[in-house]
Amino acid sequence: MKPSRLLVAALGAAACLLATVNAFASSTNVAVAANFTDAAKEIAAKFKAKTGHEAVLSFGASGQFYTQIKESGPFQILLSADDERPKKLVEEGLAVPESRFTYAIGKLVLWSKDPNTVKGEETLKANAFSKLSIANPTAAPYGAAAVETLKALKLYDVMQPKIVMGNTISQAFQFVDTGNAELGFVALSQLAGDKGGSQWMVPQSLYSEIRQDAVLLKSGAGNEAAAAFMTFLKGPEARAVIEKFGYALDPKSGT
Amino acid sequence: MSLNVSGEIWQPVRLTLELASLTTIILLVLGTPLAWWLARSKSWWKEGVAALVAVPLVLPPTVLGFYLLIALGPNGPGGMLATLWGGRTLAFTFPGLVIGSVLFSMPFVVQPIRNAFEAMGDRPMEVAATLRASPWRAFWSVAVPLASPGFLTGAILGFAHTVGEFGVVLMIGGSVPGKTKVLSVAIYDYVETSQWTEASVLALGMIVFSFCVILTMTLIEKRVARLAS
Repeated sequence: MKPSRLLVAALGAAACLLATVNAFASSTNVAVAANFTDAAKEIAAKFKAKTGHEAVLSFGASGQFYTQIKESGPFQILLSADDERPKKLVEEGLAVPESRFTYAIGKLVLWSKDPNTVKGEETLKANAFSKLSIANPTAAPYGAAAVETLKALKLYDVMQPKIVMGNTISQAFQFVDTGNAELGFVALSQLAGDKGGSQWMVPQSLYSEIRQDAVLLKSGAGNEAAAAFMTFLKGPEARAVIEKFGYALDPKSGT
Repeated sequence: MSLNVSGEIWQPVRLTLELASLTTIILLVLGTPLAWWLARSKSWWKEGVAALVAVPLVLPPTVLGFYLLIALGPNGPGGMLATLWGGRTLAFTFPGLVIGSVLFSMPFVVQPIRNAFEAMGDRPMEVAATLRASPWRAFWSVAVPLASPGFLTGAILGFAHTVGEFGVVLMIGGSVPGKTKVLSVAIYDYVETSQWTEASVLALGMIVFSFCVILTMTLIEKRVARLAS
């Protein structure tokens, strides 16, 4: 039969192709917190250009990844949006203790698509809007920081009926981006590349630092590409990208 | 604490039942004339309409969720509708979820009713007409009773599918407690935040519910087949 022979040939070609790629480099699966999406893509491209290794990225909520890793999810590295979950994974024996470091410190921003809406904390106090978008505070650290900010401003009780929750910070962003919520708390990194509108950098005094930790998982302990990626993430090229996207850096984590 | 948890756990259950009931009622009202037309019309483009109604069966919920998020928003028809009562978007609202549910559950209601109308054939309506029954009267006293198993199947499937929907609701709901945080989203939240006891209570409930739905459907079908023979 002709079609089946064609199929075998195609499969054979694909296998050869895979084999040649594998001869030079390996790949690693990285679970990436949603807020780090764009930065991670750029870092992975640079990583591949430099080392030939491939970092296969999955994006989602840190809480979701934590649950999946506990159930032996297919990742070798976790780039979390917080430091709690990587710490817990180390305590539970699922991650390599000495691998944990802070790759970025996140910044919270109040953002609106409208250029005249956000003027500062008085925008929240004036309360002249119907929906405020945040990420789910129990699963996403930026959501928790948003709630912390509202509580510090003593506005949480007033705001509560207006809060809509995205499952990740990406979804919180999307609710504002589609105009369904007038404003929302998003990550500064999401506004890189000039998304327009108006924004207020939330002062660090109003919420605890969003320390985003990376950790090598036990399943990736022997993986060459995974180790290379962890090293690359600490290096100057990756750190330049991270800073460009509006994160602060932990001076202790650089190489 | 435990009281607190159980109170929180029942809110999504009640909300889901309200959503599914309202959706089913709306679908029976809208779906019946549509199914009738699909079953009886000789129009050449009716299969196009039927395919359109059935499209949510094969679409990933993300497609519907994505377009609904835009359509319900301030720049879409949903936003215009919302301004009638001073809102600016239908996303994150209960009416918004009802609109979404009606769209994605429609094939589950329309198809069984259409099939029932088709199985009935032309004969009963012709007989009713010769007995000088008006078309309206014939529809209610002949067609609807004959097609009642189809209505029952459609209502059960529409209700069950609305209870089970997740993707669309996640994308347009905003997880507002008491308004848009339905069962499936609540379970997802509990799993994601490692509250596995709460997740299990709701998830087990869903399994039992689904089992009962399928069992009921099978029993209805059997009974209908027996009555027919």
